[in-house]
Amino acid sequence: MHKGGRIIAFAAVFCLVVLSPFIVNLANAAPAPEASLDTPTINALSQKECVADAAYMRDNHMQMLDEWRNDVVRAGSREYESASGQVYEKSLDGTCLECHSNREEFCDSCHDYAGVQPYCWECHDTAES
Amino acid sequence: MKIAVPLALTLALAGIAWAGIQLLGLYGLFGIVVPYVALASFVVGFVYRLVKWGRSAVPFRIPTTCGQQKSLPWVKQNKIENPASTAGVVGRMLMEVLFFRSLFRNTKTEKHGANLGVGSAKWLWFGALVFHWSMLVVVLRHLRFFLEPVPAPLAALEGFDSLLQVGLPVLYITDLTIVCALTFLFVRRVVLPRVRSLSLPNDFFPLFLLLGVVAAGVAMRYFVRVDVEAVKEMAMGLVTLHPVVVDGVGTIFYVHLFLACALVAYFPWSKLMHAGGVVLSPTRNMANNSRSVRHVNPWSRDLPVHTYAEYEEEFKDKMVKVGLPLDAE
Repeated sequence: MHKGGRIIAFAAVFCLVVLSPFIVNLANAAPAPEASLDTPTINALSQKECVADAAYMRDNHMQMLDEWRNDVVRAGSREYESASGQVYEKSLDGTCLECHSNREEFCDSCHDYAGVQPYCWECHDTAES
Repeated sequence: MKIAVPLALTLALAGIAWAGIQLLGLYGLFGIVVPYVALASFVVGFVYRLVKWGRSAVPFRIPTTCGQQKSLPWVKQNKIENPASTAGVVGRMLMEVLFFRSLFRNTKTEKHGANLGVGSAKWLWFGALVFHWSMLVVVLRHLRFFLEPVPAPLAALEGFDSLLQVGLPVLYITDLTIVCALTFLFVRRVVLPRVRSLSLPNDFFPLFLLLGVVAAGVAMRYFVRVDVEAVKEMAMGLVTLHPVVVDGVGTIFYVHLFLACALVAYFPWSKLMHAGGVVLSPTRNMANNSRSVRHVNPWSRDLPVHTYAEYEEEFKDKMVKVGLPLDAE
């Protein structure tokens, strides 16, 4: 092989780069976080029920928050009726964080894990952080 | 046909993933086996192609690479286009890999009245550049699923990519640019008659595969959302060699993953291998120093030297007999 050393070196660098996630994770394998529901308000609830079911909220909560924001700011519509007929105020601070007052264990744990940096906290919930 | 077959193949691949998950529930196959097989095909295939190219014959150094070669002191050399040193070669290679220098030189021959004229044609260069840089950012962004904790530079890149803060989850600029660039590269092959005639199914197939992966990814992020935490858990399982299947992740994720796996597995065996081939291009990776350095053919056999003096000595008598002149006299 003409200049075989360089070709093998290039192939080795390629393998190192492609397999780097495997190499980096050899030392540490952090488990996935569990969103904590252990807050005084939730514990005091007789019927533990969110504005929508948990699976839907896991996938789509950001879209719901975006819709709520647009509804409130642009249309002045502040009332949200859930599937069970319960009426909630469309408010991150007043509704969501009222129950989920443990932002670090609930919101941030998953956001940090997935590398998401929501800009909610630039305005909301600034006192606690 | 050139377009229909690769399109049908791409749709079939997406359909296989959809049916495998939705109808048959083969989560382990599509979530664990297929990604590992695809990665193995990618790494082994890539190295195999490199070694295969490495073992082939190397041409003589090419002196005519669109620039004045090193010559007499008063002739100005083009040090990037026609380098005589290793540093120059590295510079030329970087220009090629990062900015597609030779595509930038793309020209188009047109009739201007009665005359033929050569004009510059930059659209292909621009489309290719936008696609490849977007692709790089997209691939780097996906590393957030494979690293825990997410390194700060990756978070910064993601923040920069979602600078516009449109919608929630925020729109990535590169998602927009990669779709536009791929669409342009496809439309170009269909609309321009000459390019269309040159295009083969194996030109269209990677384009469709890439568009499929991007479309599934975009759909998953902005329209049919999935549980991102569960996705990361699966991705981390794969790279820590403790693969798991997490319930409740939507089918669209498996379609995206399977198309991406197909692309990765197909990569080394296709034209996409230009990624590795660029560094082995003879007009790009060899310094033009033939005037100053003697290059011996590397696969010449090491024959013993038989000089004319020795030859004459050996056949002296016969040469004298037929009246040939001898140097020795």
